[in-house]
Amino acid sequence: MNDLVALFLRAAFVDNMPLTFFLGLCTFIALSRRTGAAVGLGLAVIGVMGVTVPLNQLIYANLLAPGAWRWAGMPELDLSYLALIAFIGVVAATVQLTEMLLDRFFPKVHASFGVFLPLLAVHCAILGGALFMVERQYSFAEATVFGLGAGTGFAVAVILLGAIRARLSYADIPDGLRGLGIAFVLTGMMSLGFSAFAQMVAP
Amino acid sequence: MTDAPRRALWPILTDPLIRQNPVTLQILGICSALAVTTSIVTALTMSLSLIFVVVMAALLISLIRRHIPSSIRLIVQIMIVASLVIVIDQFLQAYFYEISRSLSVFVSLIATNCLVLGRTESFARHNAPVPAMVDALGNGLGYSLVLLLIGGAREFFGTGKLAGFQILATVDQGGWFVPLNLMLLAPSAFFILGGLVWLIRSFWAEQIEQPEFPAPEPDRAP
Repeated sequence: MNDLVALFLRAAFVDNMPLTFFLGLCTFIALSRRTGAAVGLGLAVIGVMGVTVPLNQLIYANLLAPGAWRWAGMPELDLSYLALIAFIGVVAATVQLTEMLLDRFFPKVHASFGVFLPLLAVHCAILGGALFMVERQYSFAEATVFGLGAGTGFAVAVILLGAIRARLSYADIPDGLRGLGIAFVLTGMMSLGFSAFAQMVAP
Repeated sequence: MTDAPRRALWPILTDPLIRQNPVTLQILGICSALAVTTSIVTALTMSLSLIFVVVMAALLISLIRRHIPSSIRLIVQIMIVASLVIVIDQFLQAYFYEISRSLSVFVSLIATNCLVLGRTESFARHNAPVPAMVDALGNGLGYSLVLLLIGGAREFFGTGKLAGFQILATVDQGGWFVPLNLMLLAPSAFFILGGLVWLIRSFWAEQIEQPEFPAPEPDRAP
């Protein structure tokens, strides 16, 4: 149990997706102009990562990993090179399904952050989560915790950046740095701040 | 689907290098751009992989552009890109295993690189194969330029080396150069890219973003 808590904290703060691994930066920078949009995006990422990472773990461990087809008499079969296509398919399908379900049953929720769901179909952080899960050989429980933790980390970072950028709306920034440039500098400073969390969880 | 009007090939190739650079202007593909830039060798490998994927994807999608139904075009494009990425990933693992280990998952992440999908979706889908490939090559080169600049700066100031060769002797080796360890950490990549954006925008003023809330005119004392 302690391991899982440590894994969650590690995924959320130490190995923060956008700030340490540079994953999901496109939406991270583009959608953090408004705090409202940042909150919607963060919630959508938590939901999608919490579902797709464990789902991909099941698919990888039971269908694609080397030796997964031993029960069918094919112990040498190694389908792991198909992992990338399988993961992309799973993520795209999950995103589409979530959007349809939300639209049908929770139209209010859909109106508030459903617009961000299609963007997540090709989101580096979500696919990166699945690929890290394979590289670090997580079990199903670990994959679930890792997915939720990494999603939470992304949400915290994007909401914080959105809040800082909202405060900067009236600031007098040099012409060339306005918009994209200052967003990168802010992200760098947040990344410095988050590196202080590295001591929080023993490796 | 109608084709876009023909344009000269040379501007299609050179525009994305600096003026319309995909990374610094259009915020495309920065996810992978920053992660692999701790040294110039990994940056170069990543650049070559990306150029291969984006040019081949542009060619294939441009060839079948009249046959893709509009409703499923994104899935078709993603599948083509993902197959190409698997090819390059297996190639790197087979012949350049060390580099492939250090790039970790980032080669696979070319599949979700906004740059590739952006070019196929906005250009290759409406143009003949040759302009589509030229456009893809130009954008790939613009991306590589940014990657190599950041990778070079981080490796040079972080370790005193360039592409693995010791240029400045560090203090440990009896020289005068004290390596900046910050350059090897994540934040420096953001700072360098922010500075690069600033530099480009001070030369091409038309890229400057308008302020969201214009500052009120200062009151003039009567």
